Amino acid sequence: MASTRRKFLQGSLAGIVTAVIPLSAFRFLSPDQARAAVGEADTRWVFLVDTHKCVGCGLCVAACKRENEIPYEVPVTRTWVERYVVTKDGATHIDSPLGGRDGFVSERVAGQEIDPASISKAFFVPKLCNQCENPACVQVCPVGATYQTRDGVVLVDRSWCIGCGYCIMACPYGVRFFHPVHKVAEKCNFCYHRISQGLTTACVQACPFGARRIGNLKDQDDPVTQTIMTTRVAVLKDEYGTKPQVFYIGLDNEVR
Amino acid sequence: MKNHVWRPLWVALGIVALILLLRQFMAPADFGIHGRNFTYGFHRLSNIDEWRTMPVKYQGKAGCLECHEEQAVAATASRHRDIQCENCHGPALAHPDNPALLPIDRGRDLCLRCHALLPYPTSLRGALKGIEPATHYPEALCSECHNPHKPDQEAP
Repeated sequence: MASTRRKFLQGSLAGIVTAVIPLSAFRFLSPDQARAAVGEADTRWVFLVDTHKCVGCGLCVAACKRENEIPYEVPVTRTWVERYVVTKDGATHIDSPLGGRDGFVSERVAGQEIDPASISKAFFVPKLCNQCENPACVQVCPVGATYQTRDGVVLVDRSWCIGCGYCIMACPYGVRFFHPVHKVAEKCNFCYHRISQGLTTACVQACPFGARRIGNLKDQDDPVTQTIMTTRVAVLKDEYGTKPQVFYIGLDNEVR
Repeated sequence: MKNHVWRPLWVALGIVALILLLRQFMAPADFGIHGRNFTYGFHRLSNIDEWRTMPVKYQGKAGCLECHEEQAVAATASRHRDIQCENCHGPALAHPDNPALLPIDRGRDLCLRCHALLPYPTSLRGALKGIEPATHYPEALCSECHNPHKPDQEAP
């Protein structure tokens, strides 16, 4: 069958029409809506931990559990403190009894007696949710119950979570756990109810040594932002590509 | 195409249509893409406000100062000035209305959080004044000898 110009034009027209019709199924946004959809928020919450200042008192953990209604006697917590004791023979001793809720009052590390003369360095590292820029926990949620807000905090929708636990497995930092009362995934959210109304987080407020600070990375005048920009800071498990937003001063290679 | 192809195809299309119809009724109206993209921002919008309206329990030192000026000022002048009142006195959420709800922690364990001696020279902990809990008056409360609001005073 020979192709004629008429047939070619008819065919092209029919093709264009069938290609365009499904477009009507899409939602058209007004310019304002479109700007709001892609627009940058003026807040990006970040955290700064100075491990030199932490003494392992655990007041942050106790305050966090009470502020966020995490059952006090159950060994789960949104934030915790780890102790690292490196001895001169190169061994590293690590413990975090009850997440450091009651502080560190004994020289015994994980039940092991350590001779004070053999210690080459020892320090405490507070940990909490890194509010990653690319949160793996959010990617794996099958029902859309966990998400990243525009200001960078990852929240869990308690009424929507089905408790499958994928996110608990996906977090490289072990931050998430199962809430024993609500029976859903639970995590640190930088005390979202407090920071949204201009307060600081419960752990930052409770820390007597200024080891914990929270700030807005998009605000160039924020002292936390200036510290992150001008001093040497590190993040945990950079190699996972999650872009964690909790920055540490004085992080050691032993810390994982 | 023949009938035996069309029939199962219609069934499959019917199931898809049914699921889409059910979704209209079962998914909340504000469920959609609200963050930066589908991967990270697909959620129920009203949940953000649910989190924002959680009650704040730790009120901060400024609130204590309004009524307890004497104690607060004494503590502010001491070496314990950076310790929040609520770290020892408990979160003040319902306190002004119901003072009995404020449980003061007078236990040794509270003081030992910082003052149990740990020989860590590379940590700030090693620089804090510390005791050996097992040998330093193990049966006594710290506050029997030391005033936590005036820690610089020598024990009597």
